[in-house]
Amino acid sequence: MTTNVPVIDSHAAAPQAGRKNFLNCSQGFWSWAGTLDHKRIGIMYLVGVSIALLAGGLFALLVRLHLWKPEGVLFGNVEYNQIFTLHGAFMVFLFVIPAIPGSLGNIVLPLMLGAKDVALPRLNLLSFYLWVTGAVLATLAIVLGGFDTGWTFYAPYSLYTDQAVVTIGLAVFVLGFSSIFTGLNFIVTTHKLRAPGMTWFRMPLFVWAIYATSILQVLATPVLGITVLLVAFERLYHIGIFDPRLGGDPVLFEHFFWFYSHPAVYIMVLPAFGIISELVSVHSRKPLFGYKLIAFSSLAIAIISFLVWGHHMFTSGQSTYAMFAFSFLTFFVAIPTAIKEFSWVATVWKGSIALNSPMLYTLAFLVIFAIGGLTGVILGALNVDIHLHDTYFVVAHFHYVMMGSIALAFFAGLHHWWPKIFGVIYDETLAKIACGIIFVGFNATFIPQFIMGSRGMPRRYATYVPEYEPFHQASTVGAMVLGGGVALMVFYLVASLFQRKTAMQNQWGGVTLDWLSPTPPPLENFDEPPTVTTEVYDYSTLDYKTMQTPVA
Amino acid sequence: MSHDGHHSVVIPAPGPEFVPHTVAHHFDTPVQEFQAAKLGFWLFLATEILLFGGLFAAYFYFHEAYPETFRVGGHQLDWRLGALNTSVLLLSSWTMAMGVRSAQTSQKQKTLLFCGLTVLGAVIFMVIKFFEYQAKNEHGLVVFSELFAPYDAATGSIPWFKDYHGVMAGLPHGHLFFAIYLTMTAIHGLHVVIGAGLILWIMKGAAKGRFHAGYFLPVDLVGLYWHLVDLIWIFLFPLLYLVP
Ligand code: HEM
Ligand SMILES: [Cu+2]
Repeated sequence: MTTNVPVIDSHAAAPQAGRKNFLNCSQGFWSWAGTLDHKRIGIMYLVGVSIALLAGGLFALLVRLHLWKPEGVLFGNVEYNQIFTLHGAFMVFLFVIPAIPGSLGNIVLPLMLGAKDVALPRLNLLSFYLWVTGAVLATLAIVLGGFDTGWTFYAPYSLYTDQAVVTIGLAVFVLGFSSIFTGLNFIVTTHKLRAPGMTWFRMPLFVWAIYATSILQVLATPVLGITVLLVAFERLYHIGIFDPRLGGDPVLFEHFFWFYSHPAVYIMVLPAFGIISELVSVHSRKPLFGYKLIAFSSLAIAIISFLVWGHHMFTSGQSTYAMFAFSFLTFFVAIPTAIKEFSWVATVWKGSIALNSPMLYTLAFLVIFAIGGLTGVILGALNVDIHLHDTYFVVAHFHYVMMGSIALAFFAGLHHWWPKIFGVIYDETLAKIACGIIFVGFNATFIPQFIMGSRGMPRRYATYVPEYEPFHQASTVGAMVLGGGVALMVFYLVASLFQRKTAMQNQWGGVTLDWLSPTPPPLENFDEPPTVTTEVYDYSTLDYKTMQTPVA
Repeated sequence: MSHDGHHSVVIPAPGPEFVPHTVAHHFDTPVQEFQAAKLGFWLFLATEILLFGGLFAAYFYFHEAYPETFRVGGHQLDWRLGALNTSVLLLSSWTMAMGVRSAQTSQKQKTLLFCGLTVLGAVIFMVIKFFEYQAKNEHGLVVFSELFAPYDAATGSIPWFKDYHGVMAGLPHGHLFFAIYLTMTAIHGLHVVIGAGLILWIMKGAAKGRFHAGYFLPVDLVGLYWHLVDLIWIFLFPLLYLVP
């Protein structure tokens, strides 16, 4: 696709010049807005979640700027509460949860399975529009006066505050169903649309990860749905379930909420694990170390994560025995998680490592996730958490996993599949620089938060005592650097679409089916339905010519 | 949907009053299409059960916390109307099953008849429900006109809970039973209405001859949905009307 391609063409275009692909096979607004093609839906998700990420990032920068001085710089208390709630809610519900499954999952999963589409294309489009509806409702909630409950909507405050909680609750409910339908679709696709010869243990690990994620999405999200609905009802007609004035129990809300939201942290992180599994293998040109271990550890995580929600409630007054059990079980989650980390490192070890930009993002992930996961274990220890709960230490912990690991894995995957999706390659030098800036900026933002958190700085406060000022200022500077790095990344990625520097058929030398389809893929993904005859990640099958053939 | 250069699988119609079914382009066989949709729908039903699961959890929690409130509250419900509604739904599950069977055996008129009877069952259920709600309204246990009125923290009284006859007097948080009763039955009622709408949609397709021995997937799925709606009521009825 170096030049403009004639679009109006009769059937099956010649495979050489002007080959038809999913991007140029039809044009016009409705050919996108009404598309049933998983790749186009994936691109629409990509645009949507990227806007959510940038909006959420903007709110984050406002929070950090406000905290430059102990007495606060920009906002009053109520506005501050609204801004950090907006940041959290946008990031969690509109970006981190849908980002990888919705965009890369949608585009890559059917390709990897050798399918023509997801099993239920209409439902897929519905998922996307539910996401859009949720985004519109969330924005509406801002217009209607905002919301200041934090992304966790804890009762009883969420029942008493005079803000637009019902609207944002509705948004979360709708987004929940968007997520459920995506998960449901991927489960069915994985079961029913695998190409001939694609056995379960020949599936790439990205597919395994998305599959495990989908199970969590289907089993956990309905509980969140009913919980936010009950909060809305509670506000509308005072059921009394969560309201202590009416005989209700606010801790019941916390149980309901974390029964979803702890599994949800793995809904967020498992797809990221999947991306990293693919990338360490391709860019080290080595089969994955412990393929089955990684596959099963995803399932183990999916199961164990339903049993640990109480570690978010160590100070809520739940029974002491429950706390012991939850603390103990939390340590168990760390085992399958560590298995993955070790397997990735062992994959890179003695590999033929190519330090392409996707690999750089991957290596950054490996470092950051080790810290994020280990600090989780620290928090899982009951006696330690009593002190660290609701401090910046927790904030830093989950940003190491949610921003530093998940967002970075998303960036890594984006860089990896960008040439596949669009047939163009971005500026590698800028990409490497941006990755460096993001890595430095990220750590500069959150290391100070670990320190001040361990010294007692509570989270979600608009003002603070002066002794924390140096940490807050360091963190704010770091956030600016991080923001600059992300802006640079957005710039060169978007620019690459206009510069149209042609990518190779198989840019990095992958051997999974996604790299064996033409680049960019045709509407139905493969010219001939593929049959799988080799084991997964078998690099002896790599056809080096495809790495030097520019896309037609 | 036109997809260049690829041939779709078509299931022929068994007779002139039916229309053929074209298998969606991304499936290789009708069986694959059928199984995919079926698996997806079962997963969806699981999410519905989990959604109600949250409500059931709340029910048990508060039943445990305020047993006396739930005992007396339960006695305010008319178990005869509840039992009548249970029979109506059970019967409608049978007519739905017969509707699916008729579609599978290409009996168009029977499909329409049984689906129509099922919708009738849904209507009867909702009418009876209406009278139940009306009784609660009259006794001030759920005053619908006041349902969304603001709560007055100063007096601590809930505007929609007036309890004219003082049946819940002296019990802790008497409104709680009725709030849970209302929430659970209203969400269930919404499912009944949605189910009836889906069955009407099936009847429209059946009238056009879309469903026959070669293709009856949507009838099958809507049938499953209707059985789930029924099943949830089977749990609601004893919990709300009998257990207390
Ligand atoms: C891998 C992805 C992970 C994600 C996305 C994640 C996310 C989060 C989030 C969002 C919170 C904050 C909840 C709040 O608002 O208070 C949190 C807290 C916590 N996380 Fe993680 N976490 C991850 C991994 C882990 C691991 C591996 C462990 C332990 C083995 C862990 C243990 C904890 C604990 C105990 C807390 C509660 C701290 C407190 O509130 O006092 N997390 N995590
Ligand atoms: Cu957790």
